[in-house]
Amino acid sequence: MYKHKDLLGLKDLTAEELSFLLDTARPMKEVISRPIKKVPTLRGRTVMNLFYENSTRTRGSFELAAKYLSADCVNISSSSSSVAKGESLYDTARTIQAQGADVIVLRHPMSGAPHMLAKAVKAAVINAGDGAHEHPTQALLDLFTVREHRGQIAGLTVTIIGDILHSRVARSNIWGFTTLGAEVRVCGPPTLMPAELNQTGARVFYRTEEALEGADVVMMLRIQAERQQQGLFPGLREYSRLYGLNRERLSLAKPDVLVMHPGPVNRGVELGHDTADGPESVIEEQVTNGVAVRMALLYLLTGGGAHNEADY
Amino acid sequence: MKLIIKGGRLLDPASGRDETADVYVQAGIISSPFAPDENTEIIDATGKLVAPGFIDMHVHLREPGYEYKETIATGTAAAARGGFTGVACMPNTNPVTDNRFIIEFIRRRAAESGQANVYPIGAISRGSRGEELAELGDMRDAGAVAFSDDGRPVSDAGLMRRAMQYCRMLDAPVISHCEEKSLAAGGVMHEGYQSTILGLKGIPASAEEVMVARDIILAAETGCPLHIAHLSTAGSVALVREAKKRGYPVTAEATPQHFTLTDRAVALYNTAAKVNPPLRGDQDVQALREGLADGTIDVIATDHAPHTFDEKNVEFDLAPFGLVGLETAVGLVWTELVHTGILTPLQAVAKLAYHPARILGIDRGKLTEGSAADITIIDPGITEIVDPERFAGKGKNTPFAGRTLQGLPVITIRSGHCSYTV
Repeated sequence: MYKHKDLLGLKDLTAEELSFLLDTARPMKEVISRPIKKVPTLRGRTVMNLFYENSTRTRGSFELAAKYLSADCVNISSSSSSVAKGESLYDTARTIQAQGADVIVLRHPMSGAPHMLAKAVKAAVINAGDGAHEHPTQALLDLFTVREHRGQIAGLTVTIIGDILHSRVARSNIWGFTTLGAEVRVCGPPTLMPAELNQTGARVFYRTEEALEGADVVMMLRIQAERQQQGLFPGLREYSRLYGLNRERLSLAKPDVLVMHPGPVNRGVELGHDTADGPESVIEEQVTNGVAVRMALLYLLTGGGAHNEADY
Repeated sequence: MKLIIKGGRLLDPASGRDETADVYVQAGIISSPFAPDENTEIIDATGKLVAPGFIDMHVHLREPGYEYKETIATGTAAAARGGFTGVACMPNTNPVTDNRFIIEFIRRRAAESGQANVYPIGAISRGSRGEELAELGDMRDAGAVAFSDDGRPVSDAGLMRRAMQYCRMLDAPVISHCEEKSLAAGGVMHEGYQSTILGLKGIPASAEEVMVARDIILAAETGCPLHIAHLSTAGSVALVREAKKRGYPVTAEATPQHFTLTDRAVALYNTAAKVNPPLRGDQDVQALREGLADGTIDVIATDHAPHTFDEKNVEFDLAPFGLVGLETAVGLVWTELVHTGILTPLQAVAKLAYHPARILGIDRGKLTEGSAADITIIDPGITEIVDPERFAGKGKNTPFAGRTLQGLPVITIRSGHCSYTV
């Protein structure tokens, strides 16, 4: 069962709730493998995509998920809306509420923006990535992908490499994978590692080789060149040498390791052609599974799972 | 007008008196005992604490420039309701309080509309830009009690050294909000586990401690009295303790929010708990309490920083720092420090009245005969649930809403006249 009004993060979800979400995504994946990818489940429902940050795959994925379920879907991006005129998030939220959206999908550069929105509106809010806080649907699709390949999450070793400090993907995956019983290792430069991360249950590494030893899953994160300008690491060349994934390093992981990336990939930095497109890579499957997972969420948050009135 | 406060427990840190005694007031001055006549008001203070009027030496009154947040009238009304007879106001007004005319303006407005004594603090540098000294001597003559660039701390150590050399001559303390900007670097909360899981940019403890150490060294060298504002970390407490052991002219304050709350109060993105310095960890709270108990921390001040509802009702990163403290401070001191045995009532009064007066060179904060009759009467047993809608100040931005406090001011007397009664 999933009894919450919103999905703001994975931190406070139970193993049962996570499993239920993943289970619900399975029939959705079946729907999108059909030649006619449309079911009437959410006919008459409205999904509003509110994006304050550029995004191609997440926004497209939510839009497709809504459309495959026959919901109406509206996209609002910050550059083309009254947001650009200086409207506050609170007022934007109330406006959308008044227009009658059932689900608001929010992508925002600042951590906690979805929490604020969720308090202001009755509609279900899905966090599509907020600052460096969480990106729960990304982690759900990662969990789904790994579970499809391995049958279960418990007992696996998952290594996440990159700019952990600024990564909402890393945080959501730490919560999701540890809750379902995996060991999570995070690895990156000390200047891009958040404080006291080990309290989350993840193990912190600074050396790629050690972090990769015996891993079942390797998740590479995108490093932004902007962080170099902020002086947080010396440069992409050295970064790639220390933290990039090549075949030699990959051989330290389990032979059947899965290579993942939330995209978009910086080719030649964290991954090269030989690792991004190698037999271990499931990067494209992640994208497909993202649509299925988001369909499941839209379905559950619009009453498919019959949630508590108390949540309002 | 004459006044007798009868039967209360008199607490006067200046003389060390802690005993049941009556207090006599004539013409706004504490006097020797006299026989009451028909013009004498009598207050029965049985079971209550009678203390010299409290002085909050760290307040933002927002006037001139930000009257929509607070004015001298509303800020001092909040002070009176909170048991304070005096407040020292920080210079981050608009324009910045960096010249004699604004000092004079604040004093005039306080005389016209103030319900508490107002002691202006002048800026150290012009516009608090940290580039060149403001006219410190001129402001001192006009009534500035201390100098500070507060939330825009002087980054240039050379400028800070010159400010201290100058302020030593003026016999005025420099108040330092210690924050090394290159370490704070745009952070919005304490750097630790909570900032990690909330995905918010952290302000490390070192951002404060590096500048505490710098300013202590400069105080030792120049001999200028240095008062360190709102200590927030265990490391800062240790540095001040060591400075005092060495006999340096250093004093320090802590705020109720920093000795009560931790960074957990920020979850989930509660902008009322966004303050600078940020709410820290459990060990830091513990260290502040130890520092208060052993005398390392001389003063309890609020850093009263009013903001409007709309200013705080935004994304956490965008919200301004600060909370309103004047109307919850005394209740928090009694609830968190006195009733828990960390401070005796006499020690609490010293930190709320006697020490701030002494540090600022104000002839207040005592109940000896001949002193101004600024008096705060506290009922240590009374309880209240904090309700911001009842605040006299304009700002309602407090993380303490709904909290039960025990031990509250019931009467505030300024120069012999009641400025607040329950």
